[in-house]
Amino acid sequence: MNGREQYVAFKAILVKEVLRFARIWIQTLLPPMVTTALYFVIFGRLIGSQVGDVNGFRYMEYIVPGLILMAVITNSYANVVSSFYSSKFQHNIEEMLVAPVPNYLILLGFIGGGLARGLAVGVAVTGVALFFTPIPLHNLWVACSVLVLTSVLFSLAGFINGVYAKSFDDISLIPTFVLTPLTYLGGVFYSVAMLPTFWQSVSLANPILYMVDAFRYGLLGVSDVSLATAYAAVVGFVAGLFGFALHLLNRGYGVRA
Amino acid sequence: MIPALSLRNLTKVYKNGVTALHGIDLEVAPGDFFALLGPNGAGKSTTIGIVSSLVNKTSGTVRVFGHDIDTGLAAAKACIGLVPQEFNFNIFEPVVEVVVNQAGYYGIPRRLAFERAERYLTQLGLWERRHDQARMLSGGMKRRLMIARALVHEPRLLILDEPTAGVDIEIRHSMWSFLSQINAAGTTIILTTHYLEEAERLCRNIAIIDHGRIIENTGMRQLLNRMNSHTLVLDLVNPLDAVPELPGFIASRVDDHILEVEVSRDVNINMLFTALSARGIEVGSLRNKTNRLEELFIRLVGNKEDAA
Repeated sequence: MNGREQYVAFKAILVKEVLRFARIWIQTLLPPMVTTALYFVIFGRLIGSQVGDVNGFRYMEYIVPGLILMAVITNSYANVVSSFYSSKFQHNIEEMLVAPVPNYLILLGFIGGGLARGLAVGVAVTGVALFFTPIPLHNLWVACSVLVLTSVLFSLAGFINGVYAKSFDDISLIPTFVLTPLTYLGGVFYSVAMLPTFWQSVSLANPILYMVDAFRYGLLGVSDVSLATAYAAVVGFVAGLFGFALHLLNRGYGVRA
Repeated sequence: MIPALSLRNLTKVYKNGVTALHGIDLEVAPGDFFALLGPNGAGKSTTIGIVSSLVNKTSGTVRVFGHDIDTGLAAAKACIGLVPQEFNFNIFEPVVEVVVNQAGYYGIPRRLAFERAERYLTQLGLWERRHDQARMLSGGMKRRLMIARALVHEPRLLILDEPTAGVDIEIRHSMWSFLSQINAAGTTIILTTHYLEEAERLCRNIAIIDHGRIIENTGMRQLLNRMNSHTLVLDLVNPLDAVPELPGFIASRVDDHILEVEVSRDVNINMLFTALSARGIEVGSLRNKTNRLEELFIRLVGNKEDAA
């Protein structure tokens, strides 16, 4: 395939992926908006009014970056894992496997779908947040780059989960038992500086903490961790997971007999 | 002339230890309408899976119009259109999108993809249903959708794995006519089917695979000419109490009004009617007991199993 044909093939996969989640927007785009609104009402307004300022910001403002990023993480992951596993389950992944489209473009197409849904949900949740509190923007470049990199990272993680999944149960195990705890313990609702020293050290092993804090820096200008460390961690994970996902696809793991 | 498909010493051993292919050799000429037949589990779908790169081969070589799948996989894939045995499209996608998306994976721009989708969906009687979700189609329509999808990049080699399974007789005949046109226009077709009448009617060359080995690979006519005898079923006008003596023929009585007679290939059928008339037996109608290819197929595969 020449460059032009590869571009057409990538666009075809991306459009297919975007239409897939857009067609079922009631299942994909609406729930995170409702959930986030509930978080703001309960944690932000009701409980948050009893909590003092955190790092110089009202509690409601402080949790906004984490809530946006949490929605981006879960939706990027869910989009790719469910789309890829469904393609495997219905065998329509074979439509791509019999075509001359290179494996890296198949991977990029699925990642593009996860990124599109992650960003769409991120924008929608930000819109909801604006009903409750103004959102400052400290550094647009940092906020956008962290958002995109995080979405790509969890799209890749969702892809790998989809490759290994052998049943629909397998695509919910990681989100339930790994992703959700790591997200909740990743400083979405609190500053790690509020934790005892031991738990602060434990928290530093949680990669989601770096993303949440880097994104919080982009919006609020405050962070518990170094920005350089955060970028290094995210970029490192993206590169590692991309290489691993491509290796699985090249080997045909789970999709070729 | 470069073969449309060339398999050399192709072997497949699955992870569970089952050997599906024992080093098969096969060649399909460009422009051919080729039948690949075999009982269930013989290795047909494994062979097709390897050629279309859905199954990893264990060893051997596969060339599609000269493109080796080990060194020129993308070029080989671009030559192939696959209609698999199982429905494998996204059932929630509209019919036209199933076809247009597939064109996209081959690098065909969307506008051209729509033009081709309209052409093939119209030819296959599905254009009116283009906005329906694929799950709303009947079984026969789904089979035709997979043919339209396989043709959208205008492949030089079309592989059809049981394309008419579960399709009613009228649609099956229209599909035969369509496939004959596609073949006449220059597309090489490889067909697997359990309807042996279909293979006999459409295909010029044939390979029979059994237990992962090619046990027959020849022209359809040559194969059919090998039949030494065939069985005729005679519907009698008057009832018959016992099996009549018919010199040179082996007869058996099915019931009062039906007689089966095995006729050797070198015997003139008029001799049978002369013998029947001499015994005052009137024949209302006659037909072949089974399709000729079916009879041969059962003998070939049956003999192999007996030997095993």
